[in-house]
Amino acid sequence: MSTIALKVNGRSHTLDLDPATPLLYVLSDDLELRGPKFGCGLGQCGACTVISNGRAIRSCTTPVGTVAGAEITTLDGLGTPEKPHPIQQAFIDEQAAQCGFCLSGVIMTAKAFLDQNPKASEPEIRQALSGVLCRCFTHTRMLKAIGKYAEGRNA
Amino acid sequence: MSVHPFTPDANAALDRLGFTRRRFLKGSGALIVGFSAVGLADTLGVAPGVGSAQTAQERRSRLDSWIAIAANGAVTAYTGKCELGQGLFTAQTQLVAEELSVPLARVTLIQCDTSVTPDQGGTSGAQSHPTNFRQANLALAAATAREALVQLAARRLGVPAEQLAATDGVVRVKADVSRGVSYGDLVGGKRFELPLNPSARRKPASEWTVLGTPARRLDLPSLVTARVEFVHNVRVPGMLHGRVVRPPSVGATLVGIDESSVAGMPGFVKAVVKKDFVGVVADKPWQAQQIAARLTVTWKPGPALPSQASYYDHMRTQPSQDTVWVDSGDIEATLSSAATVMRATFLHPYQMHGSLASSCAVADVRGGQATIWAATQNVFGLRSTMAMMLGVEPEAVRVAFRRGSGCYGLNGVDAVAFDAALLSQALGRPVRVQLTRKDEMAWENYGTPFVIDQRVGLDAKGTIVAWDTVSWTAGRGGRVGAATPGNVVTGFLTGFQPAAFAPRGPAPATAPFNDQNSAPAYVTGCVGGTCDGKGTVASERAIVRRVWSPFFTGPLRAPSQLQNTFAHESFMDDLAAKVNADPVAYRLRHLRDPRLIDVVNAAAKAAAWTTRPSTRPARRRTGVITGRGFASVAMEAGAATNGWVAMVADIEVNQDSGNVVVKRLFIAHDCGPISNPDGLRNQLEGAALQGMSRALREEVTWDGEKITTADWRAYPSLSLGNEMPVIETVLLNRPDQPATGAGETTTALIAAAIGNAIFDATGARLRQLPFTPVRVKDALAARA
Repeated sequence: MSTIALKVNGRSHTLDLDPATPLLYVLSDDLELRGPKFGCGLGQCGACTVISNGRAIRSCTTPVGTVAGAEITTLDGLGTPEKPHPIQQAFIDEQAAQCGFCLSGVIMTAKAFLDQNPKASEPEIRQALSGVLCRCFTHTRMLKAIGKYAEGRNA
Repeated sequence: MSVHPFTPDANAALDRLGFTRRRFLKGSGALIVGFSAVGLADTLGVAPGVGSAQTAQERRSRLDSWIAIAANGAVTAYTGKCELGQGLFTAQTQLVAEELSVPLARVTLIQCDTSVTPDQGGTSGAQSHPTNFRQANLALAAATAREALVQLAARRLGVPAEQLAATDGVVRVKADVSRGVSYGDLVGGKRFELPLNPSARRKPASEWTVLGTPARRLDLPSLVTARVEFVHNVRVPGMLHGRVVRPPSVGATLVGIDESSVAGMPGFVKAVVKKDFVGVVADKPWQAQQIAARLTVTWKPGPALPSQASYYDHMRTQPSQDTVWVDSGDIEATLSSAATVMRATFLHPYQMHGSLASSCAVADVRGGQATIWAATQNVFGLRSTMAMMLGVEPEAVRVAFRRGSGCYGLNGVDAVAFDAALLSQALGRPVRVQLTRKDEMAWENYGTPFVIDQRVGLDAKGTIVAWDTVSWTAGRGGRVGAATPGNVVTGFLTGFQPAAFAPRGPAPATAPFNDQNSAPAYVTGCVGGTCDGKGTVASERAIVRRVWSPFFTGPLRAPSQLQNTFAHESFMDDLAAKVNADPVAYRLRHLRDPRLIDVVNAAAKAAAWTTRPSTRPARRRTGVITGRGFASVAMEAGAATNGWVAMVADIEVNQDSGNVVVKRLFIAHDCGPISNPDGLRNQLEGAALQGMSRALREEVTWDGEKITTADWRAYPSLSLGNEMPVIETVLLNRPDQPATGAGETTTALIAAAIGNAIFDATGARLRQLPFTPVRVKDALAARA
């Protein structure tokens, strides 16, 4: 066990933890955040994705000790139901969800990629999402929502 | 944050069972906080167990079990059909708002909780729309409530009911809308004390203002901002974390565990063994995971599995339980006198539900009572089987639905609820169990494999005169239902058996005609003097032989219907090609069902289908070429057909790599009156693309002892990175017809549509799913 300082969604936390604990467990169990989800625990599906210092990472395979001090953002931290982030608003506008379990993977991966690559083409966006799964297959609506968000942020 | 009352019945039930309501009692009534904010767990406390003197079945006939109206006019409705990602929460809220003539925002829907909602069986089989949107159940309750409110208003205002109309939660005099009385004033906070009225008049679709509109999903703002409480997010005070240790191979039995192997590990609380079930409990989830991985467990291997390479032939040789869906008795005679007889065999593998979530549940079993939070499709079925697992009365168990990831049939949700309950019972404390990906994928109830032999006779003009289909499928277990915990892995490991399998000779089907689409749409379907088939072919036979499966199986989206429709619609394409007919025209030539004919024509029109035979002539045999395939089907269930659909698929085949890309889909669909057009489109799109992933990639594999597709590398799903087709959907609205299902129709169809497009493009017919690049290349190499 060791003391680890985490900065999540703009709030600082000091936790006494095994530094090998996957970040996902800390976020969903210790901090009770609902965004990042346990899909596979293997980094294969994306459901646990968070943004750390601007990069989309798989929190299920990231030891918490390696992200101490980093700026971490989860889906919970982007916006609120009353005031969603523009990418969340795009998903509402396109009705781009079914069960919603994959949303951290899809939204956080797309947001981090577009923040770095604002002029990305549709095939480049898809390439960035190639490791993200949605088993309800809401793919076409999601890609449309991401495209609208990308257009909007460049306008 | 909206605040709504429970029904008085629900309050009484909770009172009788000693639920602690102090935390949420405000004023004179129990309160529940609306969907978007906090879940039921927070408002009902965590006292274990609840039951009701009034059975959940009895509740179904009483209006107060379905609808409650608060003094402020807020409406609370209770449903036994839950949101699984299909948009049903929103559609049902629309239904209640429409029938009660209140704004959508005034309705709160409470879903699937054995302590407060009616027993409506499962949320499955694309049955929720027909169940709650026809003249029964939730729709009837809302209509009964509106009529009762109008009657109360008539007495209050001294005006005949015919001269009153309800709008916006107020009953007004039609001739003088300044005179009216609100629902809250009429009944607020009190019981209706009425049975459901079977003759309550539903609003005709022509009067709809809320239902039938593309209302946005009510839960989406909460969902995309991560405010929804999934079952994975349920946290109760004092909760511990469990993990299970499943057998390393199929059929293995436990010899023993060595608890000293994990003694002293941080957070370790207990290891629990019950027959072949093994689980561990720790303070924190990461600790539990490490302990489960470290625990020394000794297993005795089970018998060797049948070889996958020869499994389809193996199925044919097993003792079988045979069901005759239809048999006109003259099939051999007609075939022997036919001008041409065509034969082919179609193969479909075991496939997975492959839910994105590894399943999770929370259980609190103490003092002979149990509260279970689970993403189950059937809270009442889980309650009664849970009672068997725990050795308590069903009344001592409360099962509360919490959202999980899409399940598409039967994933690990019931098994993990058993896991959590067994561990909680052993500890006397609440336990949360999260399955690993391998636990989920290696032990779920897979969709069933099929071998389907087709024989068709054609007359001299190329018309079908006889259709014979004989299939083999393998099954074991399934939904737990009311009394079969052994139908899923945890129940089996603790000593319960799956539903018995008794081989038998051919016996007539007991289900409505062809509800697995075992017979093609083109036969007359005459059984016992009633002809429910959709077509014209009178010499007909459809037999299914079910054999015992080494793996657990269960309904996977369009169960059996997909497998059968793949075989029938692919073979129909073969037949059209054989007689040099246009595939659409050839289908129409053998159909007599007007609604199926309509969707066939609508899909062809949307796609600007050019009449011509397949395959396309003089194509080059290398590089990328394009093709277009057609398929259509009615989801048959006797007279109560559960949806009609037709599809055109435009594809590209890379003949060098064998890769298939679907470029466009045109879908025409009829499910009766459309409750929410955008929700329906979302379902049709998702079901089609999921079916596409299954058709192109997905197959469960195994070696001599175990499943080898236990993660996403081994069981590849199409990802957000794969190119998806542009989808154009034509909805045929039938406001005057009963509602049908819509969640499985396009899944049933797309494999055949793609296969027919590959044939159209290349002349190669693929008769085995999935259409992997290797299989496509093999089929291309085998072309004449």
